[in-house]
Amino acid sequence: MEIKDKAKMIPIPSSGILNENDIGKQPILECINLGIEFGGLKAVDNFNLTIGRTEIAGLIGPNGAGKTTIFNLLTKVYQPTHGTILLDGKDTHNMNTVQVSRAGIARTFQNIRLFSNMSVEDNVKVAMNNSMNYSLAEGILRLPRYWGQEKKAHNKAIELLDFMGMADVADVKAGSLPYGAQRRIEIVRALATDPKLLLLDEPAAGMNPSETEELMHNIKKIRDEFQIAVMLIEHDMNLVMGICEGICVINFGKVLAKGTPEQIASNPAVIEAYLGSSDD
Amino acid sequence: MKKLLRKDNIKNLSSYILVIVAFVVCQILIGAKAMPSMYQSLLIPVCVYIVMALSLNLTVGILGELSLGHAGFMSVGAFTGVAIALALKEVITATWLLLAVAMVCGAIMAAIFGVIIGIPVLRLKGDYLAIVTLAFGEIIKSLFTNLYMGIDPEGGFHIGLITKPEDLVEGSKMLINGSIGISGVQKISTFTAGFILIIISLIIIFNTVKSRTGRAIMAIRDNRIAAECVGINITKYKMTAFVLSAAIAGAAGALYSLNYSTISATKFDFNTSILILVFVVLGGQGNMIGSIIAAAVLTILPEALRQFADYRMLVYAIVLILIMLATNNPTLKMFFDKIKKAIRFKKKEEAKEDM
Ligand SMILES: Nc1ncnc2c1ncn2[C@@H]1O[C@H](COP(=O)(O)OP(=O)(O)O)[C@@H](O)[C@H]1O
Ligand SMILES: [Mg+2]
Repeated sequence: MEIKDKAKMIPIPSSGILNENDIGKQPILECINLGIEFGGLKAVDNFNLTIGRTEIAGLIGPNGAGKTTIFNLLTKVYQPTHGTILLDGKDTHNMNTVQVSRAGIARTFQNIRLFSNMSVEDNVKVAMNNSMNYSLAEGILRLPRYWGQEKKAHNKAIELLDFMGMADVADVKAGSLPYGAQRRIEIVRALATDPKLLLLDEPAAGMNPSETEELMHNIKKIRDEFQIAVMLIEHDMNLVMGICEGICVINFGKVLAKGTPEQIASNPAVIEAYLGSSDD
Repeated sequence: MKKLLRKDNIKNLSSYILVIVAFVVCQILIGAKAMPSMYQSLLIPVCVYIVMALSLNLTVGILGELSLGHAGFMSVGAFTGVAIALALKEVITATWLLLAVAMVCGAIMAAIFGVIIGIPVLRLKGDYLAIVTLAFGEIIKSLFTNLYMGIDPEGGFHIGLITKPEDLVEGSKMLINGSIGISGVQKISTFTAGFILIIISLIIIFNTVKSRTGRAIMAIRDNRIAAECVGINITKYKMTAFVLSAAIAGAAGALYSLNYSTISATKFDFNTSILILVFVVLGGQGNMIGSIIAAAVLTILPEALRQFADYRMLVYAIVLILIMLATNNPTLKMFFDKIKKAIRFKKKEEAKEDM
């Protein structure tokens, strides 16, 4: 509740809504007429959205609406066939997945994609690869730079895992953990890349109510602590309405509505297309 | 302290200990003249095949790509090593140094081939990659069976493909002679060099796996898209693993070839590639100590079975099948898991008592 009062949403001309803190600052993400076709099927069409630097934004819509596809476009897993993506004002047109990651977008996956044969700690350390720069030779010969950077990486990994309450499973094989824990590790791994924008694809899927409650708390904590933007896809309306400051609803690849949780909850078109059907 | 005792550390340590103990025991047996000469002549090949299995395990187990042409890199290393040893015979008189230089050059040349092959091959996935590596092995074989290289008295090199180089003057010396290969090789390989090569290979592989490079390589193996999304450059790390694997195989190839007086390309054919793959699969993908044991046992076995004469390969095949059944048998696996659990439980109990 408190969050909603604090954030006075003000629509800005391009599209979307900005958090009070973010007004007058470069938005972290601007999607302009973004679109992709799969053999004639317009999976995403004319998608416009602006996200503020420290906003928690929700992306909702029925199954098959194109939500995951939007994440795949933002991370360049798919190349857009139309439109522009500006990340922190920079056009990502010529970037690939790796470059977008370095530029500051991190994500989790709807179908969990952990490095399942590696330990939880190593999963997190993989994501820190670009913040280390010792060479392979230094690694093989175990020279001082190896020890220094590895120690730092270890400490940061444990710190991040602890942040999500996962430090005690650091040595466990990631694939052997329960579903909810794996989702949390994906979030930690994404955070380890030092992102400016964190994309969460159905982070509460398969979690029980108390785990979901904790997740909501953690997402807010992530934004407050790291001062980053979070964009999340989620079907759990309590979660979405509870923590998102701006919500974008899509249907059949097109934007259906944008606004504050209150505006979305009372929008007749949204209720008909989506909210109404999930009431029962 | 707790970190030092982690499971993978114990596994790595036991590989080193196994190799060192085996080396010491062999040296004692040789010193006491208690080792039959047949087994003595196998010592260097065993070292070579252990290193071949370890290096292939880097590609298959750590990177997760199937390669069917690993003998090709061995071949490149072998020919380079022998050519270097022949060319530098007069310059470097200490044979151990000559051997070391030959092995390093073999590794470098194999690494160069690794890069050349890696550029097209690593864009492919799964079966396609396997088929192209297979073709690479065959291409290398035909290349070396048709390669002629001579040195004229002034020390200039002359190279010819399919036929001898025409500009070769009287009194020149042939280094590589087509399908005959190279003859008159100085046998400078030693068991100690083989032992050192195994240890170096283990250090390279284990320390790579525990570095940021190794983590990136394994991340690509486990989930390519997730690896890309956390900023891992797929091509770079795949290439690193592939080239490292090729370089180690090249060094092993040089050691192998300098153990015989003649060397020809047909020794490094498809069968050899498959043989090495069998060591890796039986020993367990990503399991280095398994590769060591499988390579050693399966190299010695055919020779030890010589008394069975004609039935030798039949017995060898049966043993292979039995090992395969044993290592994949669910009942046996369950049995071993139970033992492991019991040990772990006991350790926990002990830990509790300590507190
Ligand atoms: N790689 C692809 N090839 C063809 N069609 C795809 C591909 N990825 C997604 N689609 C289609 O795009 C639409 C949106 O899918 P998706 O983004 O996964 O929906 P959701 O909103 O449930 O996450 C679906 O109709 C899906 O079949
Ligand atoms: Mg989806």
